[in-house]
Amino acid sequence: MEKKTKIAAEDGKQDLVITREFELPLEWLFKAYEDPEIVAQWMGTKVLKLENKKHGSWQFETTDPKGNKHGFNGTIHEFVPNQKITRTFEMENTPFPVQLEFLEFESLSESSSKLTMHIVYRSAALRDQMLALPFAQGINMAHNRLQEIVNKLI
Amino acid sequence: MNLRRDVFQAIADPTRRAILLLVASQAMTAGAIAANFDTARPTVSKHLQILTECELLKQEQNGREIYYHLNAKKMKAVADFLEPFRELWDDRFNKLEAIMKAKMQEEQKKK
Repeated sequence: MEKKTKIAAEDGKQDLVITREFELPLEWLFKAYEDPEIVAQWMGTKVLKLENKKHGSWQFETTDPKGNKHGFNGTIHEFVPNQKITRTFEMENTPFPVQLEFLEFESLSESSSKLTMHIVYRSAALRDQMLALPFAQGINMAHNRLQEIVNKLI
Repeated sequence: MNLRRDVFQAIADPTRRAILLLVASQAMTAGAIAANFDTARPTVSKHLQILTECELLKQEQNGREIYYHLNAKKMKAVADFLEPFRELWDDRFNKLEAIMKAKMQEEQKKK
């Protein structure tokens, strides 16, 4: 089966592109980015602020399983309903600098749509570091699960 | 020497995987890394040595301190480096899709 979400990250570049096709009409896909309550649901975050307009800003706060709070924020540069959102994204209290995100929404048919997310990082090394985070988490989780299975067998 | 095998052996150890996860978010000194574990400092040093030898970690001199950071280039060579990042976004988008489909159905019922 073809993968629904695709990542294009060329070696040595400081950006990447995420694409995803949805079995949703364009308006419903866009609504998932526009409505603070819905954003909170699928992102699993508290939405403290979401000003959907040029010069607007946004602020999220997530709580991890240990109870630690993590803040995220950014500024909205472009907001064109059912077309595009251009914004910055910053993880507070981390060494990662702000990143720039271009989100483009398009209709594929009456019942399907596509999101193209272009993310630009400060440097190629930083982009790779962002990619390495889920990788490092991934090998930990995969091995821990494996360990659990092995422990049960012994 | 089989470098590929060495890398897999390196990540087969839970402490070494935990070290990789720690330095994934920021470069750290051996002391700062060791502070996260109950294991004796020389044991952590040994793990750092193994991870550095198989190039999963890189050392960088900063003044008098040596910082360890993740060598993303090496990771890209050994595994599908992008896959966990892709899965993270895929899960998120699947959730979005499921929530919106449910909302669409609710709306249709009202009509």
